[in-house]
Amino acid sequence: MSELDHAQTTRHISVTVNGTVYESDVLTRTHLGDFLRQELGLTGTHLGCEHGVCGACTIILDGQPIRSCLMLAVQANGATIRTIEGLAQADGTLHPVQEAFWDKHGLQCGFCTPGMVTTLAAVLEADPTLDETTIREAISGNICRCTGYETIVDAALQAASRMRGDH
Amino acid sequence: MGARYFGAAVKRLEDPKLITGRGQYLDDIPMPGVLHVAVVRSPHAHALINAIDASMARGHAGVVAVLTADDLGEMARKPMPMMAPAPMVKTPLTQSPLAHGSVHYVGEAVALVVAESRAVAEDAAAMVMVDYDPLPAMVDLAHALNEGAAVANQALQSNLAGTLKGGFGDVAGVFAKAAHVFKESLSLHRGGCHAMECRGVMARPDPSGNRIDIWSSTQSPYMVRRALALCLGMDEASVRVTAPDVGGGFGPKAVVYAEDYAIPLAARHLGRALKWVEDRGEHFVATTQQRDQLWELEVAADAQGRMLGVRGHCLHDNGAYLPYGVVLPVTSMSSFPGPYALEALEISIDVIYTNMVPNTPVRGAGRPNTCFVLERLADRVARELGISREDVRRRSFVQVSQFPYETGMKARDGSPVSYDTGDYVQCLERAVDKFESDFKARQDKARAEGRYIGMGIASYVEDTGLAPYEGATIRVQPNGKVLLLTGAAAQGQGHKTVFAQIAADQLGITPQDITVEAGDTSLFPLGIGTIASRVAVTGGSSVHMAAVETRAKAIKVASQVLEAQEADLVLEGGFVKVSGTDRQVSLGQLALMLHGNFGQPLPAGIAPGLSATAFYEARQTTFANGTNLCEVEVDIETGAVKILRYVVAHDCGTLINPMLVDGQIRGGVVHGIGNALFERMIYDENGQPQTTNYGEYLLPLATEMPRIEIVHMESPSPRNPIGVKGAGEGGTIPAAACVISAIEDALSPFHVRLSSHPLSPQDLVKLIDQG
Repeated sequence: MSELDHAQTTRHISVTVNGTVYESDVLTRTHLGDFLRQELGLTGTHLGCEHGVCGACTIILDGQPIRSCLMLAVQANGATIRTIEGLAQADGTLHPVQEAFWDKHGLQCGFCTPGMVTTLAAVLEADPTLDETTIREAISGNICRCTGYETIVDAALQAASRMRGDH
Repeated sequence: MGARYFGAAVKRLEDPKLITGRGQYLDDIPMPGVLHVAVVRSPHAHALINAIDASMARGHAGVVAVLTADDLGEMARKPMPMMAPAPMVKTPLTQSPLAHGSVHYVGEAVALVVAESRAVAEDAAAMVMVDYDPLPAMVDLAHALNEGAAVANQALQSNLAGTLKGGFGDVAGVFAKAAHVFKESLSLHRGGCHAMECRGVMARPDPSGNRIDIWSSTQSPYMVRRALALCLGMDEASVRVTAPDVGGGFGPKAVVYAEDYAIPLAARHLGRALKWVEDRGEHFVATTQQRDQLWELEVAADAQGRMLGVRGHCLHDNGAYLPYGVVLPVTSMSSFPGPYALEALEISIDVIYTNMVPNTPVRGAGRPNTCFVLERLADRVARELGISREDVRRRSFVQVSQFPYETGMKARDGSPVSYDTGDYVQCLERAVDKFESDFKARQDKARAEGRYIGMGIASYVEDTGLAPYEGATIRVQPNGKVLLLTGAAAQGQGHKTVFAQIAADQLGITPQDITVEAGDTSLFPLGIGTIASRVAVTGGSSVHMAAVETRAKAIKVASQVLEAQEADLVLEGGFVKVSGTDRQVSLGQLALMLHGNFGQPLPAGIAPGLSATAFYEARQTTFANGTNLCEVEVDIETGAVKILRYVVAHDCGTLINPMLVDGQIRGGVVHGIGNALFERMIYDENGQPQTTNYGEYLLPLATEMPRIEIVHMESPSPRNPIGVKGAGEGGTIPAAACVISAIEDALSPFHVRLSSHPLSPQDLVKLIDQG
């Protein structure tokens, strides 16, 4: 088979995204970001560089923040995924990280925001004791051209405090 | 009526959808039946096109069409109009929507592949066989005007597009009498915009062929409409251009690009909706950038270190074409003399064609360039005379008593450039006070420990609120909610919030009562674009004027309805009230009345609608200013630079929303730090780009960036009704100059002199070794 014949190969996958189980036949060459956006219509996940550096496409897969442009959809078979659309509660209550981004002006154009928010939600859910240095390390794989990062760090610190139950 | 929202740190109206993934950027817009486009781009910096064989690509499963300039008619082959015509350019070159006969930079659009998916379109793009005949490429700016240099385009005799000249005063006299004259050779590079959302265009033709809807990730939807209506020979009302949520602009998205033409042309040709979304690889080669300037300068100073005059020459790389005329070098020219009260100035800028991606303004445009060279000269004067860098600036600045200050330069309309308000020395003092450190003592102590810290300083003046105008309509709806329509779309600045703040105070409502729609040409008749730190002044003033008029109308009508004197009426909580009574009428009721009913005349002398439209015309420029200070530590073994502190004192007139202004400053400073330390778009000697991904082209990351400490001064501008000046670029303009100044100070024991940016760790180690 030629490379282009392989482009037509499909596999059946089952993934749970934001609490809903999706069964789908996907082209094996489709990356997870394109699958979420094009097949499931979850366009909140953004593609900024498609080579794994900018972090805009970050989602939470089995609890870990990962780059959906660097993983094929077929590799996500059986996985549980949370995207930016799935972070707020069903009644619309924002995730503490989302709330803090709004409070602290943690976004301007908003394009990197879904990746920033999912990254921070994942790392702070795992460990809400992160400080400024470790927060900056956590988002060192997420590029923002608008904010200069400071208000994102401030938002993360506020969210961490709330997630620890400080107030 | 007091200001409740104007001036307050109001949380953004834009954010709820953006933090929950419900934003709608170009690639997110649902479009049933849309076909996807991949662009075949030139792999050569300069070549003739002998033939294009698309037969293999056309035969590939899923491909609908492959379109070249020959397939799309004359408009696809004709050079695009220059967005800002430049009569001084003898051979004005712009590219065609699709290349025709020749290509002049790697990345130039040659053909479109239209397919059922983007993946298939990309597969087939690789099958389009273009027979090129390569020509020598011009990539050597320093030698571009030499005898025998390769020309960047066969239409050219010389690579010189034109020469800008500016200045004032008795230059020869000032330099002859000056106690000191110093000479510097300086060079700088700025890189690309790197908005996190790349560009994109979608077009949907009406089946009748009489209308077309276009979506573009642009800063200038009205310029796209103008260009396409002229190109397609259609009424402007039949060409609807929408800028949806736009993921950053930073200048290059203000340009009307080849794809803005080619995608609608192809959509009309095929009678299908088409979408092209730039990928990051394309962004490096097909979105305009801002590359090199090479400067030779002299500064004259008196014995006390007051700068008296500057003269010099610049070679400016404008790339293969002039899509935006010479706006970029013009902004370098017009940024002189900065904050300095010079007696004489003489500058010439040669605008050069090369075989690299065209250049247009990136955040700050030519201003950071001029700031860098002026600040390097000021630092040089300080060093040579053994006085502090702050003192050179204190002595050389325009003094507060001199405002309004005519610099000696001429504006584009020939009128004298006149700085409106400010106190440049005071602003510098505020930065110095904030920095407040026992820096010298710490520097000495650090050096004794083998650590090298340095303090940097840079000051600037920025022309903001660029002509000609923006406009706004305010319309109260029968439900009492207010629609605010404007042409001034945002790319992250928060226009909706600040416009709503301005209007809310006038109308006695909250910003949440206002729906702002911007950037849809079907909703507001005219607009210019969000560039050049201009929208707070032009758009903000328009909103204010429309709100004041709407308020006056509400009061006039309410005085009839309530049988009260206009002077006794107040707007509060969505009502017009008779002060001190319980008599009131809601804005919604007034709007319902003025929207009218069948057969019932409106009140005498009252035009329909509780609404007003206003256009603020910027006939005089407003000038923001500021001084930045920073502290860095340089590791002399590795060349690594760590920014320890960064202080901004900034004056952009009256603040509408300090939280958003701070956001603009912080983001701008970090962009400038990127220019100082990281961002370099490298081409090899054949014009092949070498840095086309984020592993090779470095952007500032969270781990390297400092906190930015901000001190505001507010010197309101008398030149617009709300006293504001622009803030979008003031962070970027001095930042690279400030960082470079600090590194030089840190390395002064090694006698290292810095004359360029960006500076990599390797560059610094080399300079330390040579020092």
